[in-house]
Amino acid sequence: MGDHAHGPAKGLSRWLFTTNHKDIGTMYLWFSFAMFILGGSFAMIIRAELFQPGMQLVEPGFFNQMTTLHGLVMVFGAIMPSFVGLANWMIPMMIGAPDMALPRMNNWSFWILPPAFLMLASTLFMEGGAPGFGWTFYAPLSTTYAPPSVTFFIFAIHILGLSSIMGSINIIATVMNMRAPGMSYMKMPLFVWTWLITAFLLVAVMPVLAGAVTMMLMDIHFGTSFFSAAGGGDPVLFQHIFWFFGHPEVYIIILPAFGVVSQIIPAFSRKPLFGYDSMVYATAAIAFLSFIVWAHHMYTVGMPIAGELFFMYATMLIAVPTGVKVFNWVTTMWRGSLSFETPMLFCVGFLILFTIGGFTGLMLSIAPADFQYHDSYFVVAHFHYVMVAGAVFSMSAAVYYWLPKWCGRMYNETMGKTHFWISFIGFNITFFPQHFVGLAGMPRRIPDYALQFADFNMMSSIGAFIYGASQILFLYNVVATIVSGKPVSDDKVWDGAEGLEWTVPTPAPYHTFEVPPKIDPAHAHT
Amino acid sequence: MFRVSRNPAIDTTAKLVVVAVAMFAFVFVIMVPLYNVLCDALGINGKTSGQAYTAVQAGVDESREITIQFVATNNEGMPWEFGPEDRIMKVHPGASNTTIFHARNPLPKAMVAQAIPSVSPSRAAEYFHKTECFCFNQQPLDGETSAEMPLQFIIDRDLPRDIRTITLSYTLFDVTAMAGDAVAAR
Repeated sequence: MGDHAHGPAKGLSRWLFTTNHKDIGTMYLWFSFAMFILGGSFAMIIRAELFQPGMQLVEPGFFNQMTTLHGLVMVFGAIMPSFVGLANWMIPMMIGAPDMALPRMNNWSFWILPPAFLMLASTLFMEGGAPGFGWTFYAPLSTTYAPPSVTFFIFAIHILGLSSIMGSINIIATVMNMRAPGMSYMKMPLFVWTWLITAFLLVAVMPVLAGAVTMMLMDIHFGTSFFSAAGGGDPVLFQHIFWFFGHPEVYIIILPAFGVVSQIIPAFSRKPLFGYDSMVYATAAIAFLSFIVWAHHMYTVGMPIAGELFFMYATMLIAVPTGVKVFNWVTTMWRGSLSFETPMLFCVGFLILFTIGGFTGLMLSIAPADFQYHDSYFVVAHFHYVMVAGAVFSMSAAVYYWLPKWCGRMYNETMGKTHFWISFIGFNITFFPQHFVGLAGMPRRIPDYALQFADFNMMSSIGAFIYGASQILFLYNVVATIVSGKPVSDDKVWDGAEGLEWTVPTPAPYHTFEVPPKIDPAHAHT
Repeated sequence: MFRVSRNPAIDTTAKLVVVAVAMFAFVFVIMVPLYNVLCDALGINGKTSGQAYTAVQAGVDESREITIQFVATNNEGMPWEFGPEDRIMKVHPGASNTTIFHARNPLPKAMVAQAIPSVSPSRAAEYFHKTECFCFNQQPLDGETSAEMPLQFIIDRDLPRDIRTITLSYTLFDVTAMAGDAVAAR
């Protein structure tokens, strides 16, 4: 144990062989940002093509590859790894543990990710092009009619699924076994709670996704007929399996975001989180309900009326625990001593825009109405309000909130606020008009559109370019902070911040909590 | 509680690995069979039974007449000429009816086809009993030959009274590649 005081190793091998949760968290965060830029550049191509009606820049087939890869890279490459990175950095520091429970597996779960995405991106240069069947890869479009590169796509999904499962097992093992003495479950910070529940969701449904792509692989190469009607299979079965994974997946994306917001809003309201217990139960309720609502993505496949009704009511039920959360956040702010630094701005933006996305979700849950909304730009607008304004906004908030703790330097507040306002305005210019074109009948995933949608689409594209550019400002601000930000020496950084991570020195040393901290029993969850 | 290892982290991990493997198996051994069983049992999805129906003598319901429409479609890339002898039949529930479908393979090579049925409205699927159907088996056909493919069916007397028209649609798939060896043997 004598060499425990050492710092990180030098050179490239530090990153290749590291088992340090902070190093691995940092790599996850940088990797996810790189994927965010890659997925974002695919989105820029989509919006450039849709700037005007008619075919402008790219072939329709390439357009489809862009929508497919944009979805896959953003969901599996940007959002999910970014929250895993945050979990790696923060969970041990929040529960008073010296590191993750399985540090070597932690190293593996990160390092298999870059090859997986390299392989996925390389399909763009293969004969027949990249997969163009949408991020939902419905069979038989993704089996019988798929390009040859689909096999690489399947392998990439297998690897990143494995990475997610390993990462989430690690998180569960850490939270269940390595909490500091005195930190009971109901004293854990809410970010730890939401991640614990998310990790259980991941362990349950990533294998289902692996099963779905394995069946595709067998249909394509080994002559089975899981999804081929000619051999007695059923393409609709694919949709059931996919969405049995896919619906829990969207909560996998949003629950850690809920956790982040539940840490930041109390800090800048200078009040404890309102209704901690109900927040925990609401998170668990959302996780449970996520398993019984999958078919609301497929109202139009020709389900019996009893099925439509069941999935409609079950889906609407989710609005109850989600409402509990939103009201708790608002109530936390109520009569608080509010200040609006960049993390808080992003959280308030999250709160407003995520609620809008929640309401459009409620509209989509109504089975008879969904027949009109299905596969239209209304759906695109809905899930970008919850994915971007939900997950990405909260991730930005998290970076601004914890960056001073990570690197011991303060970011430029003016630049941070500018990033927020440009993001907020650009985001709404991009996605708000998509509600209108969707309701008017513009289908998603099509490179051309009818003339009456031209104005709104031009607005959307301009907004998207603004939103995209604002992320460059974000990158600049983060890099400038790390290189030459104003040093911070206060352990707490934010005067209203609570939690064990603010009791360690700033910047956080390479090893923290080698001796478990004492938890003040009178001090409730933070 | 049952412990796999004395190291608590390894213990938790081992249990979670079992959960993950079980969920992977769940897709194959539970979800796929369950889906097929549910579709069969509830008659949802417009699928008729893949097995021949054994007729039960229950008499013919002369009080009403059901219109049966036949639709034949070729799946993409299927070159056969394929169509029903009768486009429309008027039948009584409980009566046994026979019709034929015509198929012709215009190519100079032997091929194998599989017809996949679908009934609309899907509620009617469980009342549409086939005593004999060309869709129960794959249909091989030598090059440039044609065949008459029989269909015998009975509409159940319990068919809901609000259903007056039933459409039976067949989609013909080219399964020559799947049936590979059988064709080579011919």
